[in-house]
Amino acid sequence: MKIIKSNRSQFKDHQITDEDIFNNKRDFLKKMGFVGAGSLITSPSHAGLFDWLKSDDTPPKKDPEPPKPLNFKALDKSGFELTPEQKVTHYNNFYEFGTSKQDPSEHAHNLTTNPWELTISGLVEQKITLNYEDLFKRFALEERVYRLRCVEAWSMVIPWVGFSLADLLKQAGVSSGAKYVSFKTLHRPSEMRGQSSRLIGGSIPYPYTEGLRIDEAMNPLAFLAVGLYGKSLPNQNGAPIRLVVPWKYGFKSIKSITEIKLSKIMPKTTWNLSAPNEYGFYANVNPDVDHPRWSQASERLITSGGLFDQQRIKTLPFNGYAEQVAHLYKDMDLRRHF
Amino acid sequence: MKTLNPVFVIKVAIHLCALTPLLFNYYWSITDQNGADPVKAIIHFTGIGALNILLLTLLVSPSAKFFKLGWLMQTRRLIGLYCFFYACCHLLNFWWFELGFQVSLFIEELIKRPYIWLGMSGFVILFLLAITSPHSVRRKLGKNWQRLHYWIYPASILVWIHFYWSRKADISEPFLYLTVILILLALRKQKLKNWIRFR
Ligand code: HEM
Repeated sequence: MKIIKSNRSQFKDHQITDEDIFNNKRDFLKKMGFVGAGSLITSPSHAGLFDWLKSDDTPPKKDPEPPKPLNFKALDKSGFELTPEQKVTHYNNFYEFGTSKQDPSEHAHNLTTNPWELTISGLVEQKITLNYEDLFKRFALEERVYRLRCVEAWSMVIPWVGFSLADLLKQAGVSSGAKYVSFKTLHRPSEMRGQSSRLIGGSIPYPYTEGLRIDEAMNPLAFLAVGLYGKSLPNQNGAPIRLVVPWKYGFKSIKSITEIKLSKIMPKTTWNLSAPNEYGFYANVNPDVDHPRWSQASERLITSGGLFDQQRIKTLPFNGYAEQVAHLYKDMDLRRHF
Repeated sequence: MKTLNPVFVIKVAIHLCALTPLLFNYYWSITDQNGADPVKAIIHFTGIGALNILLLTLLVSPSAKFFKLGWLMQTRRLIGLYCFFYACCHLLNFWWFELGFQVSLFIEELIKRPYIWLGMSGFVILFLLAITSPHSVRRKLGKNWQRLHYWIYPASILVWIHFYWSRKADISEPFLYLTVILILLALRKQKLKNWIRFR
Protein backbone atom coordinates (compact mmCIF):
# COMPACT_ATOMS: atom_id res chain seq x y z
CA MET A 1 0.00 0.00 0.00
CA LYS A 2 1.21 3.45 -0.83
CA ILE A 3 1.06 5.43 2.33
CA ILE A 4 3.67 8.08 1.95
CA LYS A 5 2.91 11.05 -0.14
CA SER A 6 2.33 10.54 -3.81
CA ASN A 7 4.16 13.45 -5.41
CA ARG A 8 7.74 12.86 -4.42
CA SER A 9 9.07 14.77 -7.37
CA GLN A 10 8.56 18.17 -5.84
CA PHE A 11 10.93 17.53 -2.97
CA LYS A 12 14.60 18.13 -3.47
CA ASP A 13 17.37 16.43 -1.59
CA HIS A 14 17.26 16.30 2.13
CA GLN A 15 18.69 19.43 3.65
CA ILE A 16 19.81 20.13 7.13
CA THR A 17 20.06 23.26 9.19
CA ASP A 18 22.41 23.97 11.94
CA GLU A 19 20.85 24.30 15.36
CA ASP A 20 23.55 26.76 16.33
CA ILE A 21 22.31 29.30 13.85
CA PHE A 22 19.04 29.56 15.72
CA ASN A 23 20.63 29.86 19.10
CA ASN A 24 23.09 32.45 17.87
CA LYS A 25 20.39 34.94 17.18
CA ARG A 26 18.68 34.53 20.52
CA ASP A 27 21.94 35.04 22.37
CA PHE A 28 22.59 38.14 20.37
CA LEU A 29 19.13 39.48 21.08
CA LYS A 30 19.59 38.81 24.76
CA LYS A 31 22.88 40.67 24.76
CA MET A 32 21.29 43.62 23.00
CA GLY A 33 18.56 43.57 25.63
CA PHE A 34 15.89 43.06 22.99
CA VAL A 35 14.39 39.87 24.31
CA GLY A 36 11.41 40.61 26.46
CA ALA A 37 12.25 44.28 26.60
CA GLY A 38 9.16 45.27 24.66
CA SER A 39 11.28 47.75 22.75
CA LEU A 40 9.88 50.21 20.26
CA ILE A 41 10.38 47.90 17.35
CA THR A 42 10.61 44.41 18.61
CA SER A 43 12.04 41.21 17.28
CA PRO A 44 9.45 38.84 15.86
CA SER A 45 9.81 36.45 18.74
CA HIS A 46 8.39 39.22 20.87
CA ALA A 47 6.40 40.95 18.24
CA GLY A 48 4.39 43.39 20.27
CA LEU A 49 4.64 46.55 22.26
CA PHE A 50 2.54 44.96 24.94
CA ASP A 51 4.08 41.55 25.26
CA TRP A 52 5.44 42.39 28.67
CA LEU A 53 1.88 42.39 29.90
CA LYS A 54 1.51 38.71 29.23
CA SER A 55 5.04 37.43 29.65
CA ASP A 56 5.44 35.61 32.90
CA ASP A 57 9.06 35.85 33.79
CA THR A 58 8.85 33.22 36.49
CA PRO A 59 11.64 30.69 35.99
CA PRO A 60 10.56 27.52 34.19
CA LYS A 61 9.18 25.01 36.67
CA LYS A 62 10.97 22.09 35.06
CA ASP A 63 13.90 21.36 32.84
CA PRO A 64 12.91 20.14 29.41
CA GLU A 65 13.02 16.37 29.17
CA PRO A 66 15.10 15.29 26.19
CA PRO A 67 13.13 13.21 23.67
CA LYS A 68 14.00 9.52 23.89
CA PRO A 69 15.00 7.36 20.94
CA LEU A 70 12.31 4.97 19.68
CA ASN A 71 12.26 1.48 18.21
CA PHE A 72 10.44 1.53 14.91
CA LYS A 73 10.44 0.38 11.33
CA ALA A 74 12.39 3.14 9.61
CA LEU A 75 11.64 4.51 6.18
CA ASP A 76 14.12 5.34 3.43
CA LYS A 77 13.87 9.11 3.45
CA SER A 78 16.50 9.84 0.84
CA GLY A 79 13.96 11.04 -1.73
CA PHE A 80 12.36 13.69 0.46
CA GLU A 81 13.23 17.23 1.21
CA LEU A 82 12.25 17.24 4.85
CA THR A 83 11.58 20.30 6.97
CA PRO A 84 14.57 20.55 9.33
CA GLU A 85 13.89 19.20 12.81
CA GLN A 86 14.68 22.55 14.39
CA LYS A 87 11.87 24.19 12.41
CA VAL A 88 9.41 21.38 13.06
CA THR A 89 9.99 21.77 16.79
CA HIS A 90 10.19 25.57 17.03
CA TYR A 91 7.31 26.76 14.87
CA ASN A 92 4.11 25.39 16.35
CA ASN A 93 0.48 26.25 16.77
CA PHE A 94 -0.38 24.91 20.22
CA TYR A 95 -2.47 27.65 21.82
CA GLU A 96 -2.46 25.83 25.17
CA PHE A 97 1.03 27.31 25.55
CA GLY A 98 0.44 30.67 23.87
CA THR A 99 -0.59 31.94 20.47
CA SER A 100 2.75 32.83 18.92
CA LYS A 101 4.65 30.22 16.96
CA GLN A 102 7.55 30.32 19.43
CA ASP A 103 5.45 30.05 22.59
CA PRO A 104 5.06 26.25 22.54
CA SER A 105 8.80 25.58 22.32
CA GLU A 106 9.41 28.07 25.12
CA HIS A 107 6.71 26.94 27.52
CA ALA A 108 5.65 23.37 26.75
CA HIS A 109 8.40 21.78 28.84
CA ASN A 110 6.30 22.52 31.92
CA LEU A 111 3.91 19.79 30.86
CA THR A 112 4.15 16.39 32.58
CA THR A 113 3.56 13.66 30.02
CA ASN A 114 4.62 10.67 32.10
CA PRO A 115 2.40 9.35 33.70
CA TRP A 116 -0.25 9.67 31.00
CA GLU A 117 -3.63 8.14 30.45
CA LEU A 118 -5.41 7.78 27.12
CA THR A 119 -8.88 6.25 27.19
CA ILE A 120 -10.82 4.86 24.22
CA SER A 121 -14.49 4.69 25.14
CA GLY A 122 -18.04 5.31 23.98
CA LEU A 123 -19.48 3.01 21.33
CA VAL A 124 -16.71 0.41 21.52
CA GLU A 125 -16.84 -3.25 22.39
CA GLN A 126 -14.36 -2.82 25.18
CA LYS A 127 -13.04 0.32 26.76
CA ILE A 128 -9.24 0.61 26.56
CA THR A 129 -6.92 2.65 28.75
CA LEU A 130 -3.34 3.14 27.61
CA ASN A 131 -0.70 4.38 30.00
CA TYR A 132 2.53 6.14 29.02
CA GLU A 133 4.48 2.93 28.38
CA ASP A 134 1.60 1.38 26.40
CA LEU A 135 1.71 4.25 23.92
CA PHE A 136 5.13 3.12 22.75
CA LYS A 137 4.74 -0.66 23.24
CA ARG A 138 1.19 -1.78 22.49
CA PHE A 139 1.51 -1.34 18.71
CA ALA A 140 4.41 -1.86 16.32
CA LEU A 141 5.78 1.59 15.53
CA GLU A 142 6.47 2.65 11.96
CA GLU A 143 7.79 5.79 10.30
CA ARG A 144 5.81 7.85 7.79
CA VAL A 145 6.67 11.03 5.95
CA TYR A 146 3.64 13.29 5.57
CA ARG A 147 3.24 16.83 4.44
CA LEU A 148 1.39 18.84 7.09
CA ARG A 149 -0.63 21.63 5.47
CA CYS A 150 -1.61 24.36 7.90
CA VAL A 151 -4.83 26.30 7.27
CA GLU A 152 -2.59 29.41 7.35
CA ALA A 153 -1.20 28.41 3.93
CA TRP A 154 2.19 27.00 4.89
CA SER A 155 3.32 23.40 5.03
CA MET A 156 6.08 21.20 6.41
CA VAL A 157 7.33 17.75 5.47
CA ILE A 158 7.72 15.70 8.63
CA PRO A 159 8.91 12.16 9.41
CA TRP A 160 6.49 10.89 12.06
CA VAL A 161 6.76 7.71 14.14
CA GLY A 162 3.61 5.99 15.37
CA PHE A 163 0.81 3.63 14.40
CA SER A 164 -2.49 3.67 12.51
CA LEU A 165 -5.50 5.05 14.32
CA ALA A 166 -7.40 2.11 12.77
CA ASP A 167 -5.18 -0.38 14.65
CA LEU A 168 -6.21 1.15 17.95
CA LEU A 169 -9.89 1.41 17.05
CA LYS A 170 -9.93 -2.21 15.86
CA GLN A 171 -8.46 -3.32 19.16
CA ALA A 172 -11.24 -1.55 21.04
CA GLY A 173 -13.82 -2.89 18.59
CA VAL A 174 -16.07 -0.41 16.79
CA SER A 175 -19.74 -0.93 17.73
CA SER A 176 -22.23 -0.86 14.89
CA GLY A 177 -23.85 2.42 15.94
CA ALA A 178 -20.59 4.37 15.97
CA LYS A 179 -20.52 7.09 13.30
CA TYR A 180 -17.98 9.58 14.64
CA VAL A 181 -14.80 9.67 16.69
CA SER A 182 -14.02 12.59 18.96
CA PHE A 183 -10.66 13.49 20.47
CA LYS A 184 -9.83 15.62 23.46
CA THR A 185 -6.57 17.32 24.48
CA LEU A 186 -5.43 17.27 28.09
CA HIS A 187 -6.95 20.00 30.25
CA ARG A 188 -4.42 21.01 32.88
CA PRO A 189 -4.32 24.79 33.40
CA SER A 190 -1.57 24.46 36.01
CA GLU A 191 0.86 23.32 33.31
CA MET A 192 -0.77 24.83 30.23
CA ARG A 193 -0.59 28.60 30.55
CA GLY A 194 -3.00 29.25 27.69
CA GLN A 195 -5.74 27.37 29.50
CA SER A 196 -5.35 29.41 32.65
CA SER A 197 -5.31 32.81 30.93
CA ARG A 198 -7.56 33.94 28.10
CA LEU A 199 -4.99 36.58 27.26
CA ILE A 200 -2.36 33.94 26.59
CA GLY A 201 -4.57 31.20 25.15
CA GLY A 202 -6.28 33.22 22.43
CA SER A 203 -9.77 32.87 23.94
CA ILE A 204 -10.61 29.62 22.21
CA PRO A 205 -12.63 27.12 24.27
CA TYR A 206 -10.60 24.52 26.18
CA PRO A 207 -10.12 21.60 26.33
CA TYR A 208 -9.39 21.45 22.61
CA THR A 209 -11.57 18.90 20.86
CA GLU A 210 -11.51 17.47 17.37
CA GLY A 211 -13.42 14.84 15.47
CA LEU A 212 -13.49 12.56 12.44
CA ARG A 213 -16.17 10.53 10.74
CA ILE A 214 -15.65 6.85 11.48
CA ASP A 215 -14.70 6.00 7.87
CA GLU A 216 -12.13 8.81 7.92
CA ALA A 217 -10.74 7.50 11.20
CA MET A 218 -10.47 3.97 9.81
CA ASN A 219 -8.61 5.14 6.68
CA PRO A 220 -5.05 3.77 6.81
CA LEU A 221 -3.58 7.27 6.38
CA ALA A 222 -5.00 8.45 9.73
CA PHE A 223 -2.09 8.14 12.11
CA LEU A 224 -1.35 8.43 15.80
CA ALA A 225 2.16 9.80 16.20
CA VAL A 226 4.26 9.26 19.31
CA GLY A 227 7.47 10.57 17.78
CA LEU A 228 9.16 12.57 15.04
CA TYR A 229 12.64 12.44 13.57
CA GLY A 230 13.10 9.04 15.23
CA LYS A 231 12.58 10.27 18.80
CA SER A 232 9.58 10.65 21.09
CA LEU A 233 7.56 13.82 20.46
CA PRO A 234 8.80 17.02 22.04
CA ASN A 235 6.00 18.47 24.20
CA GLN A 236 5.43 21.37 21.82
CA ASN A 237 4.58 18.92 19.04
CA GLY A 238 1.87 17.21 21.10
CA ALA A 239 3.58 14.72 23.41
CA PRO A 240 3.06 12.01 24.27
CA ILE A 241 0.55 11.16 21.52
CA ARG A 242 -1.13 13.16 18.77
CA LEU A 243 -3.23 12.67 15.69
CA VAL A 244 -1.91 13.22 12.17
CA VAL A 245 -4.53 13.43 9.41
CA PRO A 246 -2.48 14.49 6.38
CA TRP A 247 -5.34 15.26 3.98
CA LYS A 248 -6.90 17.78 6.36
CA TYR A 249 -5.72 21.17 7.60
CA GLY A 250 -3.31 20.98 10.50
CA PHE A 251 -5.76 22.03 13.21
CA LYS A 252 -7.54 18.67 12.80
CA SER A 253 -4.36 16.92 13.96
CA ILE A 254 -5.06 17.32 17.67
CA LYS A 255 -2.17 17.18 20.15
CA SER A 256 -1.58 15.59 23.58
CA ILE A 257 -4.69 13.41 23.45
CA THR A 258 -6.25 12.02 26.63
CA GLU A 259 -9.61 10.90 25.37
CA ILE A 260 -10.92 9.17 22.25
CA LYS A 261 -14.64 8.55 22.16
CA LEU A 262 -16.85 6.89 19.56
CA SER A 263 -20.34 8.28 19.18
CA LYS A 264 -23.45 8.45 17.07
CA ILE A 265 -23.54 12.22 16.72
CA MET A 266 -21.08 14.60 15.11
CA PRO A 267 -18.81 16.00 17.84
CA LYS A 268 -18.30 19.72 18.37
CA THR A 269 -14.81 20.82 17.35
CA THR A 270 -12.83 23.72 18.78
CA TRP A 271 -12.10 25.87 15.73
CA ASN A 272 -15.53 25.26 14.29
CA LEU A 273 -17.01 26.53 17.56
CA SER A 274 -14.84 29.64 17.59
CA ALA A 275 -15.30 30.66 13.93
CA PRO A 276 -17.87 28.47 12.14
CA ASN A 277 -17.72 30.49 8.92
CA GLU A 278 -13.95 29.99 8.65
CA TYR A 279 -13.32 26.45 9.90
CA GLY A 280 -15.59 23.54 9.05
CA PHE A 281 -15.87 20.10 10.60
CA TYR A 282 -14.31 18.41 7.58
CA ALA A 283 -11.47 20.88 6.90
CA ASN A 284 -10.17 18.87 3.97
CA VAL A 285 -7.29 20.60 2.20
CA ASN A 286 -8.95 22.14 -0.85
CA PRO A 287 -7.32 24.67 -3.19
CA ASP A 288 -10.74 25.60 -4.62
CA VAL A 289 -12.28 26.75 -1.35
CA ASP A 290 -10.54 29.83 0.03
CA HIS A 291 -10.41 30.80 3.65
CA PRO A 292 -12.54 33.96 3.94
CA ARG A 293 -9.40 35.96 4.63
CA TRP A 294 -6.82 34.37 2.37
CA SER A 295 -6.34 32.11 -0.62
CA GLN A 296 -5.84 28.38 -0.21
CA ALA A 297 -4.76 27.90 -3.83
CA SER A 298 -1.07 27.76 -2.99
CA GLU A 299 1.16 27.39 0.03
CA ARG A 300 4.67 28.18 1.14
CA LEU A 301 6.64 25.03 1.81
CA ILE A 302 8.80 25.56 4.85
CA THR A 303 12.08 23.77 4.31
CA SER A 304 15.33 25.47 4.96
CA GLY A 305 16.22 28.67 3.24
CA GLY A 306 16.14 32.41 3.74
CA LEU A 307 14.10 35.12 2.07
CA PHE A 308 15.57 34.52 -1.36
CA ASP A 309 15.14 30.78 -1.24
CA GLN A 310 11.41 30.30 -0.82
CA GLN A 311 9.26 27.65 -2.40
CA ARG A 312 5.67 28.50 -3.16
CA ILE A 313 3.85 25.43 -4.44
CA LYS A 314 0.35 24.79 -5.68
CA THR A 315 -1.90 23.30 -3.03
CA LEU A 316 -3.24 19.91 -4.08
CA PRO A 317 -6.74 18.57 -3.43
CA PHE A 318 -6.63 16.58 -0.19
CA ASN A 319 -3.02 17.77 0.19
CA GLY A 320 -1.91 15.31 -2.49
CA TYR A 321 -3.56 12.28 -0.89
CA ALA A 322 -6.68 12.30 -3.11
CA GLU A 323 -5.95 8.82 -4.43
CA GLN A 324 -6.30 7.39 -0.94
CA VAL A 325 -9.15 9.47 0.46
CA ALA A 326 -11.22 11.19 -2.27
CA HIS A 327 -13.67 8.28 -2.37
CA LEU A 328 -14.74 9.08 1.20
CA TYR A 329 -16.41 12.25 -0.05
CA LYS A 330 -17.70 11.26 -3.46
CA ASP A 331 -21.31 12.35 -3.00
CA MET A 332 -20.58 15.45 -0.97
CA ASP A 333 -20.54 19.10 -1.94
CA LEU A 334 -17.12 20.03 -0.60
CA ARG A 335 -17.82 23.75 -0.97
CA ARG A 336 -20.62 23.46 1.52
CA HIS A 337 -18.95 20.88 3.74
CA PHE A 338 -15.62 22.71 3.92
CA MET B 1 32.20 74.42 22.54
CA LYS B 2 28.81 74.71 21.00
CA THR B 3 26.23 72.45 22.65
CA LEU B 4 24.57 69.95 20.38
CA ASN B 5 21.20 70.88 19.02
CA PRO B 6 18.63 68.55 20.64
CA VAL B 7 16.72 68.21 17.35
CA PHE B 8 19.88 67.01 15.64
CA VAL B 9 20.63 64.50 18.41
CA ILE B 10 17.09 63.14 18.42
CA LYS B 11 17.09 62.86 14.65
CA VAL B 12 20.26 60.82 14.66
CA ALA B 13 18.74 58.61 17.35
CA ILE B 14 15.59 58.18 15.28
CA HIS B 15 17.60 57.06 12.25
CA LEU B 16 19.51 54.55 14.36
CA CYS B 17 16.47 53.22 16.21
CA ALA B 18 14.54 52.78 12.99
CA LEU B 19 17.24 51.34 10.77
CA THR B 20 19.21 49.07 13.10
CA PRO B 21 16.47 46.56 13.92
CA LEU B 22 15.22 46.64 10.33
CA LEU B 23 18.64 45.80 8.93
CA PHE B 24 19.18 43.07 11.50
CA ASN B 25 15.80 41.54 10.77
CA TYR B 26 16.49 41.51 7.04
CA TYR B 27 19.88 39.99 7.65
CA TRP B 28 18.39 37.28 9.85
CA SER B 29 15.57 36.55 7.46
CA ILE B 30 17.86 36.40 4.44
CA THR B 31 20.20 33.99 6.22
CA ASP B 32 17.32 31.90 7.64
CA GLN B 33 17.94 32.78 11.27
CA ASN B 34 14.60 34.43 11.91
CA GLY B 35 12.58 31.56 13.31
CA ALA B 36 11.20 28.72 11.25
CA ASP B 37 9.44 30.99 8.78
CA PRO B 38 11.65 33.94 7.88
CA VAL B 39 9.00 35.33 5.53
CA LYS B 40 6.23 35.63 8.11
CA ALA B 41 8.77 36.99 10.55
CA ILE B 42 9.77 39.89 8.31
CA ILE B 43 6.16 40.64 7.24
CA HIS B 44 5.07 40.80 10.86
CA PHE B 45 8.13 42.76 11.97
CA THR B 46 7.63 45.47 9.36
CA GLY B 47 3.83 45.55 9.83
CA ILE B 48 3.95 45.90 13.59
CA GLY B 49 6.93 48.25 13.22
CA ALA B 50 4.95 50.54 10.88
CA LEU B 51 2.05 50.59 13.31
CA ASN B 52 4.29 51.27 16.32
CA ILE B 53 5.93 54.17 14.50
CA LEU B 54 2.53 55.49 13.44
CA LEU B 55 1.47 55.59 17.08
CA LEU B 56 4.72 57.30 17.94
CA THR B 57 4.02 60.09 15.43
CA LEU B 58 0.65 60.58 17.08
CA LEU B 59 2.40 60.90 20.42
CA VAL B 60 4.70 63.73 19.31
CA SER B 61 2.39 66.72 19.50
CA PRO B 62 0.75 65.74 22.82
CA SER B 63 4.23 65.26 24.32
CA ALA B 64 5.48 68.54 22.92
CA LYS B 65 2.51 70.28 24.47
CA PHE B 66 2.64 68.47 27.78
CA PHE B 67 6.38 68.81 28.35
CA LYS B 68 6.50 72.25 26.71
CA LEU B 69 9.17 71.09 24.26
CA GLY B 70 8.27 72.90 21.07
CA TRP B 71 11.32 71.66 19.18
CA LEU B 72 9.98 68.09 19.45
CA MET B 73 7.58 68.96 16.64
CA GLN B 74 10.54 69.20 14.28
CA THR B 75 11.10 65.45 14.62
CA ARG B 76 7.58 64.48 13.65
CA ARG B 77 8.06 64.50 9.89
CA LEU B 78 11.04 62.16 10.09
CA ILE B 79 9.17 59.72 12.31
CA GLY B 80 6.18 59.81 9.97
CA LEU B 81 8.38 59.12 6.97
CA TYR B 82 9.85 56.09 8.72
CA CYS B 83 6.31 54.82 9.26
CA PHE B 84 5.79 55.04 5.49
CA PHE B 85 9.16 53.43 4.88
CA TYR B 86 8.29 50.45 7.10
CA ALA B 87 4.90 50.18 5.37
CA CYS B 88 6.69 50.06 1.98
CA CYS B 89 8.93 47.27 3.24
CA HIS B 90 5.88 45.46 4.62
CA LEU B 91 4.07 45.62 1.28
CA LEU B 92 7.17 44.63 -0.64
CA ASN B 93 7.84 41.70 1.69
CA PHE B 94 4.34 40.40 1.15
CA TRP B 95 4.51 40.69 -2.61
CA TRP B 96 8.07 39.50 -3.06
CA PHE B 97 8.68 36.85 -0.43
CA GLU B 98 5.16 35.63 0.33
CA LEU B 99 3.77 35.72 -3.21
CA GLY B 100 7.01 35.37 -5.16
CA PHE B 101 6.38 38.62 -7.13
CA GLN B 102 3.49 37.05 -9.01
CA VAL B 103 1.54 40.02 -10.32
CA SER B 104 -1.74 38.17 -10.87
CA LEU B 105 -1.72 36.57 -7.43
CA PHE B 106 -0.87 39.91 -5.82
CA ILE B 107 -3.74 41.69 -7.58
CA GLU B 108 -6.07 38.82 -6.78
CA GLU B 109 -5.20 39.05 -3.09
CA LEU B 110 -5.61 42.84 -3.12
CA ILE B 111 -9.07 42.46 -4.62
CA LYS B 112 -10.31 39.45 -2.73
CA ARG B 113 -9.25 40.06 0.85
CA PRO B 114 -11.10 42.62 2.91
CA TYR B 115 -8.29 42.79 5.47
CA ILE B 116 -5.89 43.67 2.69
CA TRP B 117 -8.21 46.44 1.39
CA LEU B 118 -7.87 48.06 4.77
CA GLY B 119 -4.10 47.70 4.78
CA MET B 120 -4.06 49.08 1.25
CA SER B 121 -6.21 52.09 2.09
CA GLY B 122 -3.97 52.76 5.09
CA PHE B 123 -1.00 52.53 2.77
CA VAL B 124 -2.54 54.93 0.23
CA ILE B 125 -3.10 57.50 2.96
CA LEU B 126 0.47 57.12 4.21
CA PHE B 127 1.68 57.51 0.63
CA LEU B 128 -0.25 60.76 0.15
CA LEU B 129 1.05 62.11 3.43
CA ALA B 130 4.62 61.14 2.53
CA ILE B 131 4.63 62.82 -0.89
CA THR B 132 3.19 66.00 0.59
CA SER B 133 5.69 66.09 3.44
CA PRO B 134 8.45 68.31 1.90
CA HIS B 135 8.30 71.89 3.16
CA SER B 136 7.93 73.26 -0.36
CA VAL B 137 4.85 71.15 -1.02
CA ARG B 138 3.47 72.04 2.36
CA ARG B 139 3.77 75.74 1.59
CA LYS B 140 2.07 75.27 -1.76
CA LEU B 141 -0.86 73.40 -0.24
CA GLY B 142 -1.47 76.07 2.37
CA LYS B 143 -4.50 75.29 4.50
CA ASN B 144 -5.25 72.14 2.53
CA TRP B 145 -2.08 70.57 3.87
CA GLN B 146 -3.49 70.35 7.39
CA ARG B 147 -6.77 69.06 6.01
CA LEU B 148 -4.99 66.29 4.15
CA HIS B 149 -2.80 65.37 7.05
CA TYR B 150 -5.75 64.93 9.38
CA TRP B 151 -6.22 61.70 7.45
CA ILE B 152 -3.59 60.11 9.66
CA TYR B 153 -6.39 59.60 12.22
CA PRO B 154 -8.65 57.47 10.02
CA ALA B 155 -5.48 55.73 8.80
CA SER B 156 -4.67 54.61 12.34
CA ILE B 157 -8.12 53.06 12.63
CA LEU B 158 -7.94 51.40 9.19
CA VAL B 159 -4.56 49.89 9.98
CA TRP B 160 -5.83 48.72 13.33
CA ILE B 161 -8.72 46.85 11.71
CA HIS B 162 -6.25 45.36 9.22
CA PHE B 163 -4.11 44.16 12.14
CA TYR B 164 -7.09 42.83 14.09
CA TRP B 165 -8.46 41.03 11.06
CA SER B 166 -5.15 39.40 10.14
CA ARG B 167 -5.09 37.56 13.47
CA LYS B 168 -6.60 34.10 13.73
CA ALA B 169 -7.65 34.18 17.34
CA ASP B 170 -5.18 36.03 19.49
CA ILE B 171 -6.91 39.37 19.78
CA SER B 172 -5.64 40.57 23.13
CA GLU B 173 -2.73 42.42 21.55
CA PRO B 174 -4.90 44.19 18.95
CA PHE B 175 -7.18 45.36 21.74
CA LEU B 176 -4.31 46.80 23.71
CA TYR B 177 -3.32 48.67 20.57
CA LEU B 178 -6.89 49.88 20.15
CA THR B 179 -6.83 51.28 23.66
CA VAL B 180 -3.68 53.24 22.89
CA ILE B 181 -5.13 54.53 19.60
CA LEU B 182 -8.32 55.63 21.29
CA ILE B 183 -6.37 57.45 23.99
CA LEU B 184 -4.25 59.19 21.35
CA LEU B 185 -7.40 60.21 19.48
CA ALA B 186 -9.18 61.29 22.65
CA LEU B 187 -6.33 63.71 23.34
CA ARG B 188 -7.44 65.51 20.18
CA LYS B 189 -11.16 65.24 20.71
CA GLN B 190 -11.90 68.87 19.93
CA LYS B 191 -9.69 68.94 16.86
CA LEU B 192 -11.33 65.82 15.50
CA LYS B 193 -14.83 67.15 16.13
CA ASN B 194 -14.02 70.34 14.27
CA TRP B 195 -12.47 68.42 11.43
CA ILE B 196 -15.48 66.17 11.00
CA ARG B 197 -17.86 69.13 11.15
CA PHE B 198 -16.06 71.49 8.77
CA ARG B 199 -14.42 69.07 6.43
C1 HEM C 1 -1.23 47.14 0.58
C2 HEM C 1 -0.89 47.22 1.79
C3 HEM C 1 -0.74 46.07 2.76
C4 HEM C 1 -0.72 44.71 2.54
C5 HEM C 1 -0.84 43.96 1.23
C6 HEM C 1 -0.53 44.09 3.83
C7 HEM C 1 -0.44 42.72 4.03
C8 HEM C 1 -0.31 42.13 5.26
C9 HEM C 1 -0.17 40.71 5.50
C10 HEM C 1 -0.13 39.65 4.41
C11 HEM C 1 -0.08 40.52 6.83
C12 HEM C 1 0.18 39.20 7.54
C13 HEM C 1 -1.02 38.39 7.78
C14 HEM C 1 -0.58 37.03 8.27
O1 HEM C 1 -0.34 36.88 9.47
O2 HEM C 1 -0.43 36.14 7.45
C15 HEM C 1 -0.18 41.79 7.46
C16 HEM C 1 -0.13 42.00 8.82
C17 HEM C 1 -0.02 43.24 9.40
N1 HEM C 1 0.04 44.46 8.75
FE1 HEM C 1 -0.21 44.77 6.79
N2 HEM C 1 -0.44 45.07 4.79
C18 HEM C 1 -0.56 46.29 4.17
C19 HEM C 1 -0.49 47.54 4.76
C20 HEM C 1 -0.20 47.74 6.09
C21 HEM C 1 0.07 49.03 6.69
C22 HEM C 1 0.06 50.37 5.95
C23 HEM C 1 0.33 48.80 8.02
C24 HEM C 1 0.72 49.75 9.14
C25 HEM C 1 0.98 50.99 9.05
C26 HEM C 1 0.20 47.39 8.25
C27 HEM C 1 0.36 46.78 9.49
C28 HEM C 1 0.21 45.43 9.70
C29 HEM C 1 0.26 44.84 11.01
C30 HEM C 1 0.44 45.57 12.33
C31 HEM C 1 0.11 43.46 10.82
C32 HEM C 1 0.07 42.37 11.89
C33 HEM C 1 1.43 41.87 12.18
C34 HEM C 1 1.38 40.82 13.26
O3 HEM C 1 0.38 40.14 13.41
O4 HEM C 1 2.40 40.68 13.94
N3 HEM C 1 -0.10 46.78 7.06
N4 HEM C 1 -0.32 42.77 6.48
